[in-house]
Amino acid sequence: MVRKALTGNHAISYAVKLVKPEVIAAYPITPQTSIVEKLSEMVESGELDSTMIRVESEHSALAACYGAALAGARAFTATSSQGLLYMHEVVHWVSRARIPMVMAVVSRTINAPWNIWPDHSDFMDQRDAGWIMAYAMDNQEALDLTIQAFKISEDPEVYLPVMVGIEGFILGHTTMPVEIPDEELVREWLGPRRQPYVVDGSSPIGVGGLTMPEETEDIFHGIQESMESAKRVIERVDREYGRMFGRSYGGLTQCYRCEDADYLAVSMGAWSGDLMEAVNKLREEGYRVGVLRLRFYRPFPREDLLEHAGRSKGVVVFDRAVSFGAWGPIFADLVASLAERPEKLPALSNIVAGIAGVNITSEDFEKLVKRFIESVEKGEKPVYFEWFRKR
Amino acid sequence: MDRVEVVKPVHGRLPLTTPSKGVAGKTGLWRTERPVVDNGKCTRCFQCEIYCPVNVIRVEPETGVSIDYEYCKGCGVCADVCPMRAISMVPEAG
Repeated sequence: MVRKALTGNHAISYAVKLVKPEVIAAYPITPQTSIVEKLSEMVESGELDSTMIRVESEHSALAACYGAALAGARAFTATSSQGLLYMHEVVHWVSRARIPMVMAVVSRTINAPWNIWPDHSDFMDQRDAGWIMAYAMDNQEALDLTIQAFKISEDPEVYLPVMVGIEGFILGHTTMPVEIPDEELVREWLGPRRQPYVVDGSSPIGVGGLTMPEETEDIFHGIQESMESAKRVIERVDREYGRMFGRSYGGLTQCYRCEDADYLAVSMGAWSGDLMEAVNKLREEGYRVGVLRLRFYRPFPREDLLEHAGRSKGVVVFDRAVSFGAWGPIFADLVASLAERPEKLPALSNIVAGIAGVNITSEDFEKLVKRFIESVEKGEKPVYFEWFRKR
Repeated sequence: MDRVEVVKPVHGRLPLTTPSKGVAGKTGLWRTERPVVDNGKCTRCFQCEIYCPVNVIRVEPETGVSIDYEYCKGCGVCADVCPMRAISMVPEAG
């Protein structure tokens, strides 16, 4: 085990190096570029024995990885924002082919107007594509999640591609101490690549050809069932990883001081750390509040939310993306989950904030959560949806 | 490459088919122009055969150029690359 000071992007590069995928294909886009720059350096220096394919677009980057993965290779790519949108068509091809692979998404606001700062809108745009969607809170988790992602993706109960998200610049370009596991141990833990079929020329098969409606429906239904199984696999892989490498996160969500909480704040990504700081201060003031952080957005952690939010007096959800004309995406999913037990609905509030990279501080969280709790305590109906803007 | 284990998925059907004879690749009704060859002008230089993107042109030393119209898309690349202007594009509708 080695300890290094790494940016979030380089933490992902090191995770990929430990896994040693046979193929890496990528196109440079801010703020992702330094992931593949570092991998390119590693390949050039002989530190990493992978084939690096330099392609002309993100659409081609994922297509190259898709082809390599079909042929039996571990494959990796990374992208951001417009690049992810550009590859969106192929995103669906990979999941519907049931082909395991891993992609890092370094979140950045979607243009126009041109903007390089992060929110979750590019990540959320992939919501219905059939990928497992994970999101890290710090650089260590970015490394650990990337390694875990290969194991989850290649489990026969899953066989779906996995994307690992981090916020650009906030984690992507900020340095933290990161523990790097032993390379041999990682490879041993991952074992040989598993996939449901290989296109290697040994027998004539067609992938993604025309199928009748009923057969296509069967294929899609299999993805839905595998998403449900993935919940157990994610927890199991995290436990095994903890035993092997000493760090374990718990599964689809992380519960921070929410065991005895009357109120719950729900979030995803790096700003959860600021929210936890705010919760610490509020606890000192006597507010019994906790944070439930989503580590996975798909499969959606319905059961965790029912368990924790279902026994809360109030739940406030912080979304760093908006579904224009509706609410924040996490909130919409959370309300749909809670509606399974409508007799125990807590007071609910959705705050969309931090859009386009606007900085949300721990003080902002403190103010917003306190306001929410006080309105519920007074018996008032809290604001159901609010777009919190800094000016 | 490290070993790959092929293991059936626990859930779901795979989007796989077995290739069989079909109509794939045939042009159908959508070609608007067809290339027509004047074999008298042709010097057997093979440029059209080399550049045809769908590989439907054959050049024989004795007989000259033949085109498989079942699969020709009418793109006109052959007419463009022919140095002798022995191929012309003719509207399908006459």
